[in-house]
Amino acid sequence: MENRIRVLLLASVMLLTSGCATLHKHMHWPWHRHAKAQTAQDADAAADAAAAAADAAPPPVVIEPQVERRKIKVPKIKAKNVELGAYFGELSAESYTAAPVVGVVFDYHVTEDFFFEAAAGRSKTGQTSFETLGGNVQLLTDDERRFTYYNLSLGYNFLPGEVFLGRNLAMTSGFYLLGGIGGTKFEGDQKFTVNFGAGFRVLPTDWLTIRIEAQDHVFKSDFLGTDRLRNNLAAHIGATVFF
Amino acid sequence: MPRRSTTNWLRLLALLLCVAPLPGRAAPRELLQLFVTAPYIELHTGPGRGYPVAQVVARGESVDVLYRRTEWFKVRTERGVEGWASEKSLETTTLADGSPFRFDHGDRRGFQSHRWEGGIFAGDYAGATLVEGFWARSITDNLKLELHAGQFLGNLSNGYVADLGLNHVFMPEWRLSPFVTLGTGFERTEPKATLVTPLNQNYQTAYAGAGARFYLTRRFFLRAEYRHHTVFTKSDANEVKQEWKIGFAFFY
Repeated sequence: MENRIRVLLLASVMLLTSGCATLHKHMHWPWHRHAKAQTAQDADAAADAAAAAADAAPPPVVIEPQVERRKIKVPKIKAKNVELGAYFGELSAESYTAAPVVGVVFDYHVTEDFFFEAAAGRSKTGQTSFETLGGNVQLLTDDERRFTYYNLSLGYNFLPGEVFLGRNLAMTSGFYLLGGIGGTKFEGDQKFTVNFGAGFRVLPTDWLTIRIEAQDHVFKSDFLGTDRLRNNLAAHIGATVFF
Repeated sequence: MPRRSTTNWLRLLALLLCVAPLPGRAAPRELLQLFVTAPYIELHTGPGRGYPVAQVVARGESVDVLYRRTEWFKVRTERGVEGWASEKSLETTTLADGSPFRFDHGDRRGFQSHRWEGGIFAGDYAGATLVEGFWARSITDNLKLELHAGQFLGNLSNGYVADLGLNHVFMPEWRLSPFVTLGTGFERTEPKATLVTPLNQNYQTAYAGAGARFYLTRRFFLRAEYRHHTVFTKSDANEVKQEWKIGFAFFY
């Protein structure tokens, strides 16, 4: 309970310091001596200017301008940096037979070169060769055989170009590299996972993307004997939409 | 059980497809018209400097800005031709009243003063490996409200953390600027099964921390921090957890 009070007090101190930092930009505090001096100087300058204005005769008004300046309302420019979609492919978890994988993907393009990606996918791996040869031996339950993963990655676009379909259709395209971190739930455990890969995307229109991608999901595990790094390769094809 | 979860996934996908608005069919909206004052501006086929130039727009002509993607603008010329113009080339254009076209850049000034931030963290949460994403909203240049959500993966237990708090940046105009942070959150710990199946534990937490942010380039910055968490357990004594993390982030 004591901790909560301490947290409350610290929170109020933090808010106050932020408030002061903001106000500091807009007003002069009384303890700022140079601010007072500046004000006195400003007053002198204003008095001089007033005297000069009084000397000069007011210019005669010839024509009163009747033109009103056009006010331009600047419409907001819509930003379409978000890409949302799904993919389907094959995942080959090390030591298991390959199996289909499905996933969803969310991209945010920050610059023309770099983007952030959050992805999540799911597969159900096949059997190990030990299980296949051993007849009725089952190392994992059905639930433990589920390979569920997510990752947060940074992507880099390179080799931009165009692909041509026949004489009249050109579509923009580009390769990208991906690398990130995440987690995998497999073999009854959650594992810290590093993912990296590359892909190729084609844009039939400016809002639709078709992508082909290959990724490796690497984690450390001792489930199959020794504690070692295991590579789980996935290849998939997907479609995303820009928002 | 697995069959049911597959059905749930398919349902979610179907829902996403239904909810997703169909692009390209939006209601007609007012577009920004820009006038070219440079001898010409180039229109590329795609939003990147590597895509070929397919059209040019001459001085005195105008373009309608349809939307933007990163630092590229999709525009339509008076003749109805569409293409991508760079942020840099549109700096030379003017609005209909003759005033120059201005917009937010991803630069040092943007680093000091922006609305949103997001990024990815990797680190150590009480001995476990931490993977985390964060989102922040600026209240002032100094003060931000931020949300962190992540997963920790350890030898003895795994779990999830989510924190909501305030972040005070001392000198936002500095390239390397220190900050302090304070907030509250939630922690779910899932101990790894050994002989008996242990129970998952959900606790409220509070944290105080400090760190620094470093501007890299364009819209990117690095962020490193330490957090001291107090976990309000059900036992007599509260638990203390230390967190170290480094992240790669962007602002806009």
